[in-house]
Amino acid sequence: MDLTTVWFALIAVLWIGYFTLEGFDFGVGMLLPVLSRDDVERRVMINTIGPVWDGNEVWVLVAGGATFAAFPEWYATLFSGFYLPLLLILAALIVRNLSIEYRGKREEPGWRARWDLAFIVGSLVPALLWGVAFANIVHGVPIDADKNFTGSLLTLLNPYGLLGGVTTLLLFATHGAMFIALKTDGPIRHRARALAVRLGVAAAVVAVVFLVWTQLSRGDLSSAVSFVLAALCLVAGIAAAAWGREGWAFVGTMGTIALAVAGLFLALFPDVMPSTTDAAFSLTTSNASSTPYTLKVMTWVAVVFTPIVLLYESWSYWVFRKRISTEHIPSSALEAADTTAGATGR
Amino acid sequence: MDALDVARWQFGIITVYHFLFVPVTIGLSALVAILETSWVRTRDERYLRLTKFFGKLFLINFAIGVVTGIVQEFQFGMNWSDYSRFVGDIFGAPLAIEGLLAFFLESTFIGLWIFGWDRLGPRLHAACIWAVHVGTVLSAYFILAANSWMQHPVGYAYNPRTGRAELHDFAAVMFNKVQLVTFPHTVLAAYMTGAAFMLGVALWLMTHQGTERADRTIYRTAARLSSAVLLVAGLGVAVSGDLQGKVMTEVQPMKMAAAEALYDTEQPASFSILTIGSLDGGKEKFSIKVPRLLSFLATGDVDGKVQGINQLRARYAKTYGRDPGKSYYSAGDYTPVIPVTYWAFRIMIGLGVLAALVAAMALWVTRRGRETVGRWGRWTTRAAIAVPLLGVLGNSFGWIFTEMGRQPWAVFGLLTTAHSVSPGVSTAEVVTSLSVFTLLYGALAVIEIGLILRFVRKGADPFEEPQLRDDTDLDRPLAHAY
Repeated sequence: MDLTTVWFALIAVLWIGYFTLEGFDFGVGMLLPVLSRDDVERRVMINTIGPVWDGNEVWVLVAGGATFAAFPEWYATLFSGFYLPLLLILAALIVRNLSIEYRGKREEPGWRARWDLAFIVGSLVPALLWGVAFANIVHGVPIDADKNFTGSLLTLLNPYGLLGGVTTLLLFATHGAMFIALKTDGPIRHRARALAVRLGVAAAVVAVVFLVWTQLSRGDLSSAVSFVLAALCLVAGIAAAAWGREGWAFVGTMGTIALAVAGLFLALFPDVMPSTTDAAFSLTTSNASSTPYTLKVMTWVAVVFTPIVLLYESWSYWVFRKRISTEHIPSSALEAADTTAGATGR
Repeated sequence: MDALDVARWQFGIITVYHFLFVPVTIGLSALVAILETSWVRTRDERYLRLTKFFGKLFLINFAIGVVTGIVQEFQFGMNWSDYSRFVGDIFGAPLAIEGLLAFFLESTFIGLWIFGWDRLGPRLHAACIWAVHVGTVLSAYFILAANSWMQHPVGYAYNPRTGRAELHDFAAVMFNKVQLVTFPHTVLAAYMTGAAFMLGVALWLMTHQGTERADRTIYRTAARLSSAVLLVAGLGVAVSGDLQGKVMTEVQPMKMAAAEALYDTEQPASFSILTIGSLDGGKEKFSIKVPRLLSFLATGDVDGKVQGINQLRARYAKTYGRDPGKSYYSAGDYTPVIPVTYWAFRIMIGLGVLAALVAAMALWVTRRGRETVGRWGRWTTRAAIAVPLLGVLGNSFGWIFTEMGRQPWAVFGLLTTAHSVSPGVSTAEVVTSLSVFTLLYGALAVIEIGLILRFVRKGADPFEEPQLRDDTDLDRPLAHAY
């Protein structure tokens, strides 16, 4: 197989990694006001992703870096073209990530409420805008002969793009609810599971419309198979949640997101950014790529190091595999290791 | 101002800001790792208290370094798309490798370290902070390899058909001679900066009225450790900086001339400690000069010849201006902004020297048997407040010198900054993002400094033995929770 195809596939894998992992982080953020009743429950929710969110987010940095290295033209056109949405995503990620680290550093309710707002908005905005961005990539945008994007912000906010945004928003919210149901115990676990089922149904309806639209406009057989499997995974996930099988329910939404993203990349291939101005101006895996030598070097690095990364990232999930409930939350985030009996602040 | 100027200001502001936090992260992760290793080996409780105390400050700083780093990864494509197209075949690889090798390592093991006090054995837990540190150093290596290629492009060929530089020899890029001197200089400077941060906090707490007498001894330990690291690293920074100057004179002679505002070639050349005057090549009003020092810094020989700006301008115009494909500028435009390079170079060196002097003073006032700083108290407090800033700002001025000294080039001799900017991005868009980032970063700085001061004032928590969680006490509260 041509190395450009290999790297197209690897970049798809990186985005799948990013959306399946940070997807539930975003979901946890979005559902913070919906699922929690008080500060301790909010802390339960935040601590389910506490040890792993940073590693999850690195997937997008590597996806960006790999696109720069393997398809510089794609990186240049995409990042300069989708300027304002990316700016919003960056600003949202900044306040969101800091909210996780900083909200527990002070006890005042006002301090925590402000960071909670940052966490919620900072999760909603990227969950919506990544969908808008990917829908537009697949759909195609105005690109001129010099490979520069010639549209504006409004070009991107078309009905199909917005539908893509709502799809990712609802899928990530469902995924987050499944994750909370899997990683917590007590009342919050049951609330999350019930909400996951309802959200899952809403997500399924919107996602089917979006994926059918995608299939009809750009799809081929392979993307159709992916989309059908994604839909089946979602139905299975919802059913598993309804029967109280939280592990399988989470695997279900994980599979849904992975297969839906895979389907989008299959529908895109061999273009990487189609031009709606003139098909001849479209960026493809061949006209946007780096040289074979660079791709070869990068392939060796990826082959050697990706398994190591997967190994230690999985190990960290294993270390923090236990469910968290309100009794696990120390009375104050400011007190480290309060191990004396009876100090379980509730 | 047009989009180019705004994009340049934006790159400068957000990159300098990001790099206020990065060197502290690199240096402090090593120091915290040393403290935790000392705890594991000696079981002396002060080491655990210091590990947790400086670990907390480290994490407040680390968070901002992480979030501002995301912007760095995206901004090449956003504001500098023509640059990205031109260099992507070479420059993208180190960035992607940095993500794969360094960012995953840092982010995964920092999570394990923060939350793992009751899940991992003491050795394994200490290994996690070492893994974070290794991640920060790997990250520095790859991003500096990318930057060194911009200072001194190697291992590539220009392809006229695609209009871009293409990679021919990856090893040459990784072991660029500029990289081999820049990496030690930058990482050692980061150790100085992390140590300066720790030293400032420790000295302040030692002299602070509210600190209990029993606790002063643990801050003394931190002050002595950080002073020693600062001095040793400072020596390394001086040596590596000297080597770097000689390589720079060879590959970018204009930058060395701009560092001294040396308009006409001299042999031997003197180095001015400071100059009052306009630095435009006219007669200075006042200047303190050290004879032959610039010759030594540039060539390693006290009688060496150092090229002047005027001679180099003519040479650059001849080299780059004659080629029709590269005729960007008239001769005068091959010169960087001289007052900026001149002063940034001196401030960088001056701040580094001052930080080393504070470290030496700290070692003196805390020498054997002294648990308080005695009659040096007031000076120690002042030095404590200044020394973290000396470290952090020294890095900033070093980078301002390095990057401004390369102008008008983005990639030396190959691509100008003016030809690097995104052609499709409007001035309004760049102004919008510059405003968003400046306001956001300003607010974050206030919050961050507020938190750091708050936790410094609180001081180290009392000692508590970490207890591993086993399957019999699953309901116990977590050792750490957000």
